[in-house]
Amino acid sequence: MRIGLDIGSTTIKSVVVDDNKTVIFRSYERHFSQITQKTAELLQTIGDIIPTHHSTEITISGSAGMGLAESCGIPFVQEVYATRIAANRLAPGTDVVIELGGEDAKILFLSGGMEVRMNGSCAGGTGAFIDQMATLLNVPLEEMDDLAKQHEKLYTIASRCGVFAKSDIQPLLNQGAKKSDIAASIFGAVVNQTIAGLAQGRPIIGKILYLGGPLTFLSQLRKSFDETLHTTGVCPEDSLYYVALGAAYASDTTVDLEKAIEKLNNYHASEHYATITPLFENKEEYERFAQRHAKHNVPQIDPAGYEGKAYLGLDAGSTTVKAVILGKEGQLLASSYQPNNGNPVPIIRAFLLDFYEKYPQIQLAGATVTGYGEEIVKNAFRADSGVVETVAHFTAAKSFMPDVEFIIDIGGQDIKCFKIRNGVIDNIFLNEACSSGCGSFLQTFANALGYSIEEFAKLGLFADHPVDLGSRCTVFMNSSVKQAQKDGASIENISAGLSISVVKNALYKVIRAASADELGKHIVVQGGTFLNDAVLRAFEQELKTDAVRPGIAGLMGAYGAALYAKKHSKGCSTILNKQELLDFTHEVSNVNCGLCSNNCQLTINRFDGGRRYISGNRCERPITKKATDNSLNIYDYKLKLLKEFTPGEAKRGIIGIPMELNMYELLPFWHTFFTTLGFKVITSPDSSRELYLNGQSTIPSDTVCFPAKLMHGHVQQLIDDGITTIFYPCLTYNIDEGLGDNHYNCPVVAYYPEVITSNMPAVKKLTFIKDYVGIHRPKDFPGKMQKILAQYFDGISLKEVEAASKSAYKAYGDYFKCVRAQGARIIAQAEKENRPIIVLAGRPYHVDPEINHGIDRLIAGFGVAIVSEDCVSYEVKKFTTTVLNQWTYHSRLYAAAKYIANKPNMNLVQLVSFGCGVDAITTDEVREILEQEGRIYTQIKIDEITNLGAVKIRLRSLFAATQEQ
Amino acid sequence: MSELKRDKNGRLLFTKEMRKNYTILIPMMAPIHFELIKNVLHNSGYNVELLTNTGPEVVLQGLKYVHNDTCYPALLVIGQMIDALNSGKYDLNQTALIITQTGGGCRASNYIHLLRKALKKAGYGNIPVVSLNLSGLEKNSGFKMTLPMIRKMIASLIYGDALMLLSNQLRPYELNHGECDRLVESWIGSLTEQYNHGKGLSVKQLKENLDQIAGEFAEIKATKRPIVKVGVVGEIYVKYSSLGNNSLEAFLSEQDCEVMVPGILGFVLFKTDNRLEDINLYGGNRIKYKIIKIFMDYLVKMETVFIDAIKKYPQFLPPSSYAHTKSLVNGVIGYGSKMGEGWLLTAEMLELVELGYENIVCTQPFGCLPNHICGKGMIRNIKEIDDRANIVPIDYDPSATRVNQENRIKLMLSVARERLAQAADTEVILPHTAQKEMATAYN
Repeated sequence: MRIGLDIGSTTIKSVVVDDNKTVIFRSYERHFSQITQKTAELLQTIGDIIPTHHSTEITISGSAGMGLAESCGIPFVQEVYATRIAANRLAPGTDVVIELGGEDAKILFLSGGMEVRMNGSCAGGTGAFIDQMATLLNVPLEEMDDLAKQHEKLYTIASRCGVFAKSDIQPLLNQGAKKSDIAASIFGAVVNQTIAGLAQGRPIIGKILYLGGPLTFLSQLRKSFDETLHTTGVCPEDSLYYVALGAAYASDTTVDLEKAIEKLNNYHASEHYATITPLFENKEEYERFAQRHAKHNVPQIDPAGYEGKAYLGLDAGSTTVKAVILGKEGQLLASSYQPNNGNPVPIIRAFLLDFYEKYPQIQLAGATVTGYGEEIVKNAFRADSGVVETVAHFTAAKSFMPDVEFIIDIGGQDIKCFKIRNGVIDNIFLNEACSSGCGSFLQTFANALGYSIEEFAKLGLFADHPVDLGSRCTVFMNSSVKQAQKDGASIENISAGLSISVVKNALYKVIRAASADELGKHIVVQGGTFLNDAVLRAFEQELKTDAVRPGIAGLMGAYGAALYAKKHSKGCSTILNKQELLDFTHEVSNVNCGLCSNNCQLTINRFDGGRRYISGNRCERPITKKATDNSLNIYDYKLKLLKEFTPGEAKRGIIGIPMELNMYELLPFWHTFFTTLGFKVITSPDSSRELYLNGQSTIPSDTVCFPAKLMHGHVQQLIDDGITTIFYPCLTYNIDEGLGDNHYNCPVVAYYPEVITSNMPAVKKLTFIKDYVGIHRPKDFPGKMQKILAQYFDGISLKEVEAASKSAYKAYGDYFKCVRAQGARIIAQAEKENRPIIVLAGRPYHVDPEINHGIDRLIAGFGVAIVSEDCVSYEVKKFTTTVLNQWTYHSRLYAAAKYIANKPNMNLVQLVSFGCGVDAITTDEVREILEQEGRIYTQIKIDEITNLGAVKIRLRSLFAATQEQ
Repeated sequence: MSELKRDKNGRLLFTKEMRKNYTILIPMMAPIHFELIKNVLHNSGYNVELLTNTGPEVVLQGLKYVHNDTCYPALLVIGQMIDALNSGKYDLNQTALIITQTGGGCRASNYIHLLRKALKKAGYGNIPVVSLNLSGLEKNSGFKMTLPMIRKMIASLIYGDALMLLSNQLRPYELNHGECDRLVESWIGSLTEQYNHGKGLSVKQLKENLDQIAGEFAEIKATKRPIVKVGVVGEIYVKYSSLGNNSLEAFLSEQDCEVMVPGILGFVLFKTDNRLEDINLYGGNRIKYKIIKIFMDYLVKMETVFIDAIKKYPQFLPPSSYAHTKSLVNGVIGYGSKMGEGWLLTAEMLELVELGYENIVCTQPFGCLPNHICGKGMIRNIKEIDDRANIVPIDYDPSATRVNQENRIKLMLSVARERLAQAADTEVILPHTAQKEMATAYN
């Protein structure tokens, strides 16, 4: 009798195989972290069905079973390995196995060179990810599958990690996109993630086996794989139990079942995990804490006894809707805090109707909306005004603590912090896509363990040894929790650890504070997450300071909006009245814009009376029917300038240049160089989603920056277009602009050609010139270059190369002259028109609209002039930085920051590619340079997908702050 | 406290006076090598101490004072130093720090600046930081890299490489547990003793010592048996530092593997050679070239002494020469790829496969830029060149959990054991014999 156990991150699977290798028992259940207990129970059950005196062999597999197996002396087999054993036995002839588990994704190539791939620690878990998404959509998993069947269109959702995908989905939900379409898109994202992250260029063909929970339960996920892989995979019988079966087949050590159970019962996993100080020493300490925080409250009165004007504040957040109604003296008449279930509109309608119904004697005299859903709610209900959420929160916090210096808000999906200096918002920290979702993570985790978030957080209050779970993004926390479970941490200690992590994440990842002194003495904390005492306590403990948590901490956005409405009230409100609310209709439809080549997918919300709201647009064109005025946008200018480098005559042949990374700046150089030599230079087309997907399967490292990933698509496109000679050289050094201590390129820009040639098999069939070239030494360049070219072409003389080089350097210089001249014109024009100017600083390749996602146009839409860092950096002389200033592109950033530091009409916004290690250094330095002069630093992280909604908030906050300054 | 002097950019200098009464703290990386280097510094008239503090507090301090997206080694090195300063063990008025600076195009060149930023934030702005480099970056009147010091350090690296290589090759097979480690200990002691008397550093003495070291290791009683051989490569800090790689070597040894970690001398040769390659590729000063070439030749000569000493004992596997390792990547990746571990990382993987350590853990800090290119970016290529290669890339960072790392390594080991069993075609000593079942499953 052989027993195989598969103890995964969330479930335990077991099988019992008799001597004829027939499966006589199988079970599948969630273990809710009670791993040892559940395992013992399970073995007990199995023991009861097995005839006595029968020898039993047991093997454990699965990521959570490792420690348990070792401690109890039961053999262990790695789970991918177990899968292989089972697949070879049960489905011989299988070529590829795709297995998705709770947190792991695996591909096994069985034929033609066995290989096993598991997702890297970054990619997070696919099963847990789908669970998280289902929670977000507020549907059970089965329903999600049914929904996906009905989809009509697909949205692009980041396929890297759950947190990213979440920030793509939330705005879609808020904008009214259909759940069915989103559900199908989520499956598409999982498929993309699996293929991009794991296949790494190896084709998935032949007989394919689908294993694991998600692929067993979700038919649409299988379908999505089938469609993407152009194949029909098989989900075999027992697809959930392959790991357990493999473990059973591998069993050959006889284990006394009763003794094993006894060992398990006696097994108290050694508490070896790293721990931190408990939140509270004892109950008394907690009571004192609770009393202190009970003080900060807004006076509440029964609206039934109130008459006259009132003011409505609505906060349509990412996962919740908050509403507050205030009386003339600011008393709280009514409030509401509800999950938005993906659509805030009906919830607000119900709230208002209920209020109108119950209190006809009260007239709303002002209504203000804030939050992610500001636009749609404002349009739906005809509110008087909208206010950017940062301003709303500041307004609210001020009413509790007039001299507040620091506000931190941890909501469902995001963290917002603002520093207040001299009564204005001085600095804003929003969490980047990578650490978002802190509040909702607690929630998801609580739910996964079978608790509500309140209960779960409470569990941690008196935990004796909270687990140290680190301060990284939520996906990492998932694995940390797994580790803690393995080490035997109790739920109480895990709960406390999670609360502490949320706080650390906010402090050290988002704010990057070293101590409380940096934040100031007067701190207001808010947001639904802080309503949990454990989180608040962790915050105070970490900063060693007392904070103010208003009793309405979860309603602060709405409260601020209501205060705003009260302040700006014109005596009556345009908000829909009772009858209008009763007649209210809301229809959603999807169209493709088609007004420009972006062809954005628009979601159109139509309300009764002709009110409508369009979302999904990257510019104002579908709304105003006019193109955005880009005359004061250098990004637009640069794109046009590069387009002027058109193919010449092919006297010597054709050379293809992939237009990505540093080619965005070096095209003038290389284009001129090769054209002068008599080559026809063909550049790859504009980046697009399709182009990216076309190259995605050959990306070897899933954590490299998006611009580098796009390079695969560009090279693939050139190959598809029949180009047989591609020029993409390695460049350790860039041109020395005299701004820094050295003039390197970053490692990725410098050596990405090596990755392309090593990972794109198609490249091997063509002439790919990736030699190391030194354009930083113009005198040596022609001689060296002539030798390089001689390896590939006959009869190019040194003289010709010298002439071509001369033209190339001139073209490069001319390009910069044009950019600088245009920059100067834009600045002059903006100053004449009294327009604010943004230095949108980043890398040359951030000009690519597929990389910047139209952020430049978004900014231009605010009536702001845009220049780039290289338009102003040359005006600055080399100066001392506190970091080693050794990269050409990055030196420009420091110089640009220095340049604008004393120019009040200019602000700097830095674009940072996610995963850019170098920018971990530059962002701090740029911030420092700006803050030394009392200027605001704004950073926008961009990736494969960027949540433009969050970008908008950031920019509006910046403008609001500068206006007040 | 000595008088604090700053240069024109405000950098706090390490003065001659400080040399007399300050203790310089050295962060830990490779224990054998660093212990010897510490002794070289001590021997050259500096008060030094090698930091051995580990534990969660180190990571915590790193997270607190270093940008969290910065690479993990920076976080650990800086965390370890600040944790040491916090410990109360040192007189803060008479303590300085030392850190290496390579000057290459990766983020590592910025560690010293990140350290200074962190010190300032933590309230240790008056603690001087010495840059240890061969590029003439950041001069200090109280700390000078003299030629004798450089020679001693190079000798120490070779001794370190030799002790590491030999003990790694023997440890899993030794009959008397702990014998290898005791021999390493004793040699660190006797080498230090030699240094104190100005000995052990000439080519002749190096030769003698290495002969004797190899001879003594050869006398350790051991029984060879077929076990899985694993090579470890990667970013230099996480490759060598157990703090950085969650005690990877100890884990592999628990899993009954023989471990090979390519030496540090190769890295020094690589960094020196880069300067020659730069001039070859892009042009440059011929005189500078010649001077570097002299240094390069010196290193190569030392390397030959090392390899020859090991070669005398057939039971040991000598490392490949730098020249051979370099030749392995010809046509695989360009010699101009020099940031971080550059092409050397790719070359080491190929070398390991060639030497029979085809099971490889490629370690890197999460998001390490050069590793996107030379590590993860080259794995596919390496497998095409030699399909024996069984490589698992592992990311290290403050929150990457051990369970995930070990699980992935175990997967690599499962494949390795299976191949070992197939190769041996006999019963194999394994913690459990899944392989047998594998064989039946195939039939």
